[in-house]
Amino acid sequence: MTTSITRRQEATQADVAKAIQRSGIQWRSTLFHAGLLLLLLTTLVILLVLLADIMIKAWPTFAERGVSFVTDGLSLNPETAGVFTGIMGSIAIAVIVILLAFPIGVSSAIYLEEYAPDTRLSRFLDTTVRNLAGVPSIVYGLLGGSTDGKNVIAAGITMSALVLPIVIITASEAIRAVPDSIREAGYGVGATKWEVVRSHVMPSALPGILTGTVLTLARAIGETAPLLVIGVATGYFAPPGDATFVDQITGSYTALPVIVFSWSRQTQAEFADTLAPAAIIVLLVVLFVLNGAAIWLRNKTENRW
Amino acid sequence: MTQQLTLEDLAGDAKRRNRERRVKVLFVAAGLVSIAVSILIILSLAGEAWSFISQVDLSSLWTVGWFPRRGLYDIPTLIIATTIIAGIGMLVAIPLGLGAAAYLAEYASPRARRWLKPTVEILAGIPSVVLGFWALTFISPEVVARIFSSAKPFTMMAAGLGVGVLITPLVATVSEDAMKAVPMSLREASYGLGADRAVTVRKVVFPAALSGIVASMILALSRAIGETMIVFMAAGAVGGALRTFNPLDPGQTMTAAIAALATGSDQVAGQGLTFQSLFFVGLLLFLITLALNSLSNRFVRKYREQY
Repeated sequence: MTTSITRRQEATQADVAKAIQRSGIQWRSTLFHAGLLLLLLTTLVILLVLLADIMIKAWPTFAERGVSFVTDGLSLNPETAGVFTGIMGSIAIAVIVILLAFPIGVSSAIYLEEYAPDTRLSRFLDTTVRNLAGVPSIVYGLLGGSTDGKNVIAAGITMSALVLPIVIITASEAIRAVPDSIREAGYGVGATKWEVVRSHVMPSALPGILTGTVLTLARAIGETAPLLVIGVATGYFAPPGDATFVDQITGSYTALPVIVFSWSRQTQAEFADTLAPAAIIVLLVVLFVLNGAAIWLRNKTENRW
Repeated sequence: MTQQLTLEDLAGDAKRRNRERRVKVLFVAAGLVSIAVSILIILSLAGEAWSFISQVDLSSLWTVGWFPRRGLYDIPTLIIATTIIAGIGMLVAIPLGLGAAAYLAEYASPRARRWLKPTVEILAGIPSVVLGFWALTFISPEVVARIFSSAKPFTMMAAGLGVGVLITPLVATVSEDAMKAVPMSLREASYGLGADRAVTVRKVVFPAALSGIVASMILALSRAIGETMIVFMAAGAVGGALRTFNPLDPGQTMTAAIAALATGSDQVAGQGLTFQSLFFVGLLLFLITLALNSLSNRFVRKYREQY
């Protein structure tokens, strides 16, 4: 009788000790932790390998050519081909996006957040914007391609339509983050809705809106597929020497990411082997500068309520 | 004599009220642009798609492959290739993205998180044309060709892996947001019952964040299906493709088919309906991604409202 009780107590003590130390669970817990870390590190290693691989391939071009690779235009000769034509095209597209998508997008966001009480129109608009944001970029290309303009203006308008929903969503989030007390302060001194929006909401929401729009610009500069559909030049072209400004903006054009694409499938090996990676580096530097600007802007002007 | 305040005074300055009305009209008009864009997309796609489907010989929609300039419009070829490539992409992105999200949300110290998260976001900002180039010049020869010695330079496998790299940060950031949105009280309840962190993550945080995690996956799937450049550059078959289920073969997705036709990569003499077929495929793509995005939005709304 007594022995069995003792044995039971011993067993219980061992169980408790095991439960407190939880060696089994701890072992599994460590494994789980390590597994998650491994998955995150794999993701980061992929990024590192990608950047390193492209930099190594691009190195010879920059070592031999230096800045002239950035300031030279398209050429059939790999010795003199540069990305300048693409940079100009990308800048032209970006300017059109800034002039077109940003005012319309921010105005839409103001309407959605400040003017539209929960009406049927605003709910429909909200759903429409969310759906548009998910439409594959090449479908926007089909939209732009069904008009017949094969120039940089058509490209800019198509890109504006592509980024419009993203501008609206990011601007809406920035406006929503402005607390109501700020608005009420304006209404309290007799300001109208527009006056409150202009003098109270917008100054507070501006940092968030700017951050969002800079990131959107990066998206517009990196897009390739819609340009291919609406007829960007994927081969060599050169505007005649006496081309006027109008000739240039209504004629053939290319963009930085399109140059990456077209060089990667040139028959001359130099284009795909070293020039395309070098063009990628130029593209990535532009995008990193934009992203860095967005982060800097966010940290510099962040509002704390 | 004190001045009487009239209703007219209370109504305010007429000029100010008029400006108010004009400004509002302007904002409504800006909002309507999005609706106009949607209508234009649907009209331009549906119009040409209809003229395609009403003129095409229906038997050519089910043949040996997708060779539009020869009048062979085998839609299953495109659907199968799209499924294979998006599937490979998801197989890469789900473990990597979820693992990264769980580590960032639950394990990483605030200091580590401050530089780990932007690094993942850098990956998200890499344009697809860059990943397309990398899939063709690195993933294909250095990864795919080493594992499968029979692989050709252009394979759906290489494109799928590239798409996986593209959508991993999307899964990671959206899932991380969902896990961060799980209130601390739920974790504390779990710790109070004696569970450790791993058990809490698996049995409490994951289920609570499930709708957000599912939303991230659907969103990623939609992006994978709509991705053009990686597939166009790395999966080959720009001149059309035979129907195949083998991921080590070249293949053409819906997006790549549109890009190939539009850039005239398949320079065979044109045939009447090639232009219209582009819009038919575009409409199909539009409807599939629209359905997926609506589904994903529904899940996102669910996790936003839960707590």
